[in-house]
Amino acid sequence: MPKGGCAMLSSEAIDAISKAFSVFFMGKNFIRLVMGLLVTIQIAAVSVLLSLFFGTLFGMLMTVKNRFIKALCKIYLEFMRIMPQLVLLFMAYYGLTRTFGISLSGEAASVLVFTMWGTAEMGDLVRGALQSVPAHQYDSGMAIGLTDKQIFRYIVLPQTLRRLVPLSMNLVTRMIKTTSLVVFVGVIEVVKIGQQIIEGNRLTVPTCSIAVYAVIFFMYFFVCWIFSLMASVIEKRQKEA
Amino acid sequence: MDFEFIKQVIPLYIEAAGLTLHLALIGIILSFAVGLLCALIRYYKVPVLSPITGFYIELSRNTPLLIQLFFLYFALPNLGVKLSSFQCCIIGLTFLGGSYMEETFRSALETVSRVQIESGQCIGLSGLQVMRYVVLPQAVSVSIPGFCANVMFLIKETSVFSIVAVADLMYVAKDLIGLYYKTDEALWLLAISYFILLLPVSIISGYAERRLRYAQFGSN
Repeated sequence: MPKGGCAMLSSEAIDAISKAFSVFFMGKNFIRLVMGLLVTIQIAAVSVLLSLFFGTLFGMLMTVKNRFIKALCKIYLEFMRIMPQLVLLFMAYYGLTRTFGISLSGEAASVLVFTMWGTAEMGDLVRGALQSVPAHQYDSGMAIGLTDKQIFRYIVLPQTLRRLVPLSMNLVTRMIKTTSLVVFVGVIEVVKIGQQIIEGNRLTVPTCSIAVYAVIFFMYFFVCWIFSLMASVIEKRQKEA
Repeated sequence: MDFEFIKQVIPLYIEAAGLTLHLALIGIILSFAVGLLCALIRYYKVPVLSPITGFYIELSRNTPLLIQLFFLYFALPNLGVKLSSFQCCIIGLTFLGGSYMEETFRSALETVSRVQIESGQCIGLSGLQVMRYVVLPQAVSVSIPGFCANVMFLIKETSVFSIVAVADLMYVAKDLIGLYYKTDEALWLLAISYFILLLPVSIISGYAERRLRYAQFGSN
């Protein structure tokens, strides 16, 4: 490289970047990418809602004082924690079809896997929050003559929920981030559409991959960041209270 | 199940597991270093550096590793930065892991109460001595369960490396499915391999968490 190559490189680089971003003004490219993001968010939203529901049930099941049920829950939780989500996704998408002849679409397989995984994680959070309510709270409730139902409704539930909200927000960001994996099982979402845009403009804008991937990067960032921000605001407010 | 086939391909899996572990280990050590540095910067609120670190942490915690890898591997060459897939993986894993480690270390440092630090200063310890004898011993033991969880998380995250053509476990499994159409065998072996890699980490982290609970008993 000649002397002053660095300065040359940077001006070239700036040129390349500005050219790369022009790809978003061609045709419907940007709208298509946003639509892809919506597919991602849809999968994430359905799985999050389902795992919040099943996770709460699972968490309550984990506090049951039955050895057998406890052991089963523990095995399920450990299995879901140890397996990388991508492996689970492959099992649901390719494995189920081959072994049982159940052919799921990519979307269905992803929702199934993320729900099963999210249920395990959410269940553990619920269990932790339930168990973090100290025993004297129950005793005090009983001492003032509340029934079991009333103790749960007025004493345990409010304390559990307070602890649960920021934690489950963090789980939501993790689940949204994990949705990026669905591109492996052939779902047409934001990454796939990004790749299509790159391939489609290979000849006219050869450097456009930098713009496309940067935009996808920041799309994910903003979606997750909103939830992280909410979680930290709630946490801070709870600490002050 | 085709056991003859399984016997033939097991060496492939062992090799791939070695590669996965190798990459994960480098990534974990580097993210440990990055995390510790960032945690200290944020803990001491170093001017200028602290907000930059905060920005990095937000950026890395709120984006998936897959997208980070795509950016490193497919986008950066357009700017003249050509990285091998190995380098991409290690940079990506460190970029991601650094922020997770930072969160663990910083929250551990912050659990050491002000009273402890002030007592240390009262008996005439210097800033370094307070760190060395008062803060660190308490913070390290608090951070161990979180650290183990991060190690497990990072090893799991290596499963996306196959997208940048690194021949890790996932890649081998995908290859075998594509070449021989032995989906069941390939997937079972894949699951078992990850299980063997991650079960010890999971057990150690459970043990560390229990020990920590004993240690904290009665302190609050």
